[in-house]
Amino acid sequence: MDASNYLYISALLFTIGAVGVVVRRNAIVVFMCIELMLNAANLSLVTFSRINGDLDGQVMAFFTMVVAACEVVVGLAIIVAIYRSRRSASVDDASLLKR
Amino acid sequence: MFISNTLVYLIALPLAGAAILLLGGRRTNKWGHLLATAMSASSFGVGLYQLMLMLDRPTEQRPASQKLFEWIHVGEFKVDAGLLLDQLSICFVLLITGVGTLIHIYSISYMSHDKDRRRFFAYLNLFIASMLLLVLGDSYLNLYVGWEGVGLASYLLIGFWNQKPAYATASKKAFVMNRVGDMGLSFAIMIAFATMGTVSFVGVQEQVSQTSEAALTAIGLMLLVAAAGKSAQFPLQAWLGDAMAGPTPVSALIHAATMVTAGVYLITRSNFVFDAAPTAQLVVVIVGAITLMFGALIGTAKDDIKKALAASTMSQIGYMTLAAGLGPVGYAFAIMHLLTHGFFKAGMFLGAGSVMHGMNDEVNMRKYGALRKFMPITFVTFGLGYLAILGIPPFAGFYSKDLIIETAFDAGGAKGIILGITTLIGASITAFYMTRVMILTFTGTKRWDEDAHPHESPWLMWLPMAILAIGSVSSGYLLSRGDALENWLYPLFDHSDEYQKHLIEPIIVSGMALTMVAIGVAVAYFKYARQEVSSTAPEDVSIFTKVARQDLMQDRFNEAVFMRPGQALTTTLIAADQAVVDGAVRGVGQVALSSGSALRGLQNGYVRSYAAIILVGAIALIAAIWVVVS
Repeated sequence: MDASNYLYISALLFTIGAVGVVVRRNAIVVFMCIELMLNAANLSLVTFSRINGDLDGQVMAFFTMVVAACEVVVGLAIIVAIYRSRRSASVDDASLLKR
Repeated sequence: MFISNTLVYLIALPLAGAAILLLGGRRTNKWGHLLATAMSASSFGVGLYQLMLMLDRPTEQRPASQKLFEWIHVGEFKVDAGLLLDQLSICFVLLITGVGTLIHIYSISYMSHDKDRRRFFAYLNLFIASMLLLVLGDSYLNLYVGWEGVGLASYLLIGFWNQKPAYATASKKAFVMNRVGDMGLSFAIMIAFATMGTVSFVGVQEQVSQTSEAALTAIGLMLLVAAAGKSAQFPLQAWLGDAMAGPTPVSALIHAATMVTAGVYLITRSNFVFDAAPTAQLVVVIVGAITLMFGALIGTAKDDIKKALAASTMSQIGYMTLAAGLGPVGYAFAIMHLLTHGFFKAGMFLGAGSVMHGMNDEVNMRKYGALRKFMPITFVTFGLGYLAILGIPPFAGFYSKDLIIETAFDAGGAKGIILGITTLIGASITAFYMTRVMILTFTGTKRWDEDAHPHESPWLMWLPMAILAIGSVSSGYLLSRGDALENWLYPLFDHSDEYQKHLIEPIIVSGMALTMVAIGVAVAYFKYARQEVSSTAPEDVSIFTKVARQDLMQDRFNEAVFMRPGQALTTTLIAADQAVVDGAVRGVGQVALSSGSALRGLQNGYVRSYAAIILVGAIALIAAIWVVVS
């Protein structure tokens, strides 16, 4: 099978994720979309590893997973904290940093 | 040259006095004035001792020098802090410390009711020390230190009662006008260093023959500017009248006898420069002639006794400057007039102080009158000074002023005639205004305010006046007997090759001078003694009197020519600074600020819009790379 199909899927997943981050308000959903983008990137890395026949891409993918795991821990904690204090998981409500 | 190691005590003693009084603070209040007087007197004692040592040495060994320390040593340029005591400086040393000590004694009583008497004496000692440094410095740079020191002391003492705003302004005016002169002195030093590579008196004298006349003229003119500033000579004369704001002993010591003669000292000390620069010398003569008339004319219209005496001082220093500008023949006469003037003018100022002391500090002569009976000693001492300044034989002024008039005529040609007539007319006007002062103050009818209770001053005050009066009587005779001063100064001002026979016999000159003086006295007598004097200044006076009352418009002139354009210049510069320099700096800030506020709109606090911007940015970046790569 042509390896480029994986890349198409990866691009599709990334686009869905990106659009989700921009348009959705629920913090959990935005968070999941970010994960989707990360995994789309992972898919690309693994595909390139396959195309090139070496392990660089796969190593990078592992790195991404580790970073993503950490990010999930921190991110979920923040979301929970915000929800507890403001009774809302909408990212638009957490807009105190505006000018 | 003789090497001495005791010269420094001349300066160190009064300087120590000033330091103790200023640093000791209130603890020295009780005995501060006595210490200051003792310091001044002991400095006078050291001066006399130095004179004795000097007389013991043969003529060529008489100048003594002392190196204090290495001051500036940069490459080829070397200035030591050194002192030089020669025949010229010893005259000044004795005048400064002698008259200075008398005035210290006088001030003990005069200032006894002032709560700041200690500070006053500290400043007086500071002045004595600076003035001695001025006349003892062996280079222009050392002289400059003393020059600035006396300027500072003068400023502090004019503004001694600075709680009165007018007095504070007067001190500032004196200081600023002196700065103009100081600038001249610093330029002279710079030019001397640039052209000759040395600033010591000995060095400059040696280099004069190898220096171009243009450079010497420039140095001479700059020295003249300095002299004009310090000695209140035209065109920097305007500060002296206002300087009378200081306590009267200060006017006597600093603004009559010593500091204001520093300009004459500078010119005579730099005789080698002026002798080689005839143009500068001519300008000196012109400045002297203008000032002697200028001061005399102001003196005729002043009702303030101290301002009348100040105008007279200006005029008499004009005589000295004129004599100093006449070349080697005139230097000794300038110094002689300086010394006799130091006696009689200091004496008269102390007399004026004594009158003010008895009259509740009233200075308006129109409020005096008939004080002769109430202040006999003041009247006699003032009167002796009066006879001396008029030039009546055998009083001091007769010898010194007549010699200057003779020398002026001897200059020869049109110059001699103009100068001679100027000095004669000056003498006549001097007689007029001094007679006016005498008549208004001591004779005629009482015109006092009701609460005035004139009385003779205590002995501490009249004793110095009496001693100065003795000087006013005898100093002229003693200094000119057998040409004593001339011979004493001869090694410094060698004029043997310029010696010429008098163009007009001295006896004729004296006769003319006395006639002119008699005319002046007679006019004043008929105007003020034979007519009733009103206690307020009459308003219906001629335009000349009005102008003279306003100091011949000197302040208006300075205001119109220097102050207003100066203010306009600074205003323009401030505006330009704010518009251009500050404008550029503020403009940069403004650009950053406004672009910042514009971009701040992006910070709307919505995470999603940040994410969208990041996304768009990333896409744009990728697109750009795409375009560049392909």
